[in-house]
Amino acid sequence: MMRVLLAALALVLAGPVHAQDKLPPAPYAYRQLDDPAQEARAKALMDTLRCLQCQGQAISDSDAPIAGDMRNQVRLRIAQGEDPEAIRAWLIERYGSYVSYKPKVDALTWPLFAAPLAFLTLAVIVLRKRFAKGRVA
Amino acid sequence: MSQVDTKGRRWTLWLPLGLFVGFVVLVLFGLFRPAERTVESAMIGKPLPAFDLKAAVPDRPALKSSDFSGGNPRLLNIFASWCLPCAAEAPQLEALRRAGVEIHGVAIRDTPGDLAVFFAKYGNPYSRIGADNVSAIQFAIGSSGVPESFVIDARGVIRYQHIGDIRADQVPLILAKLKEAER
Repeated sequence: MMRVLLAALALVLAGPVHAQDKLPPAPYAYRQLDDPAQEARAKALMDTLRCLQCQGQAISDSDAPIAGDMRNQVRLRIAQGEDPEAIRAWLIERYGSYVSYKPKVDALTWPLFAAPLAFLTLAVIVLRKRFAKGRVA
Repeated sequence: MSQVDTKGRRWTLWLPLGLFVGFVVLVLFGLFRPAERTVESAMIGKPLPAFDLKAAVPDRPALKSSDFSGGNPRLLNIFASWCLPCAAEAPQLEALRRAGVEIHGVAIRDTPGDLAVFFAKYGNPYSRIGADNVSAIQFAIGSSGVPESFVIDARGVIRYQHIGDIRADQVPLILAKLKEAER
């Protein structure tokens, strides 16, 4: 019993091993831009950029250092007057479209957009046929 | 409705179930297949973006993008003293250095003190080390973690990306990629 308690105590006291840096976060990682309009633009962009380390999250949701650094870069560039879509394009050029959460129609993704339209058209045709038949009978 | 009509449609009765089973198989396949978690850089074949970094430690010069032009292909190693795989990679970098490879390092979010301790423990294979405290180089080059190594040819073009630590059995591969970059 004593041993179990000791083991439990050791677990409670043991600090987690962090493979992380000791530097403070980048200046604009956790600080909003002073201009609310600029911050809104930065936020909208950061909500649709993927964190490269914690890949299910947007950089605006993540506490990973690299996400903080990316927020810093996004905010600085927005503050310099750069267009959010230009920043997105810059990142896509480096990481591929994987880095962006914003849906985009291209050679690979067009069926996702075309399929619902095709199904809807098909449904309309089938239903019209059914109703037409019903009227005749 | 005629009888021929219903007979002809009998198989279509199973179509929705068939589609559903196909969908379930697809989902299961995606669920149990290990996900590809590495993000490859899209910058291979493109010139190294311009950068100019401060020196990370007092005993090695600073690093800028033009340090990669001329001479032989070089290795750009992105690392950090706080990164465990970077420590595991140290003997392989040392082996590459002994094989005559010039290795330039970029220390991500690091301090000179921590780097000195790291080098005392694991050795310092770098000719130049730049300090990048906001991961700017990583975004510019399409790197998403540490360690990552890039083969840069003498014209400053990115030729190859190695994600993660270079293992002992991967040293020949890196040497071959460096050789390939001479052309």
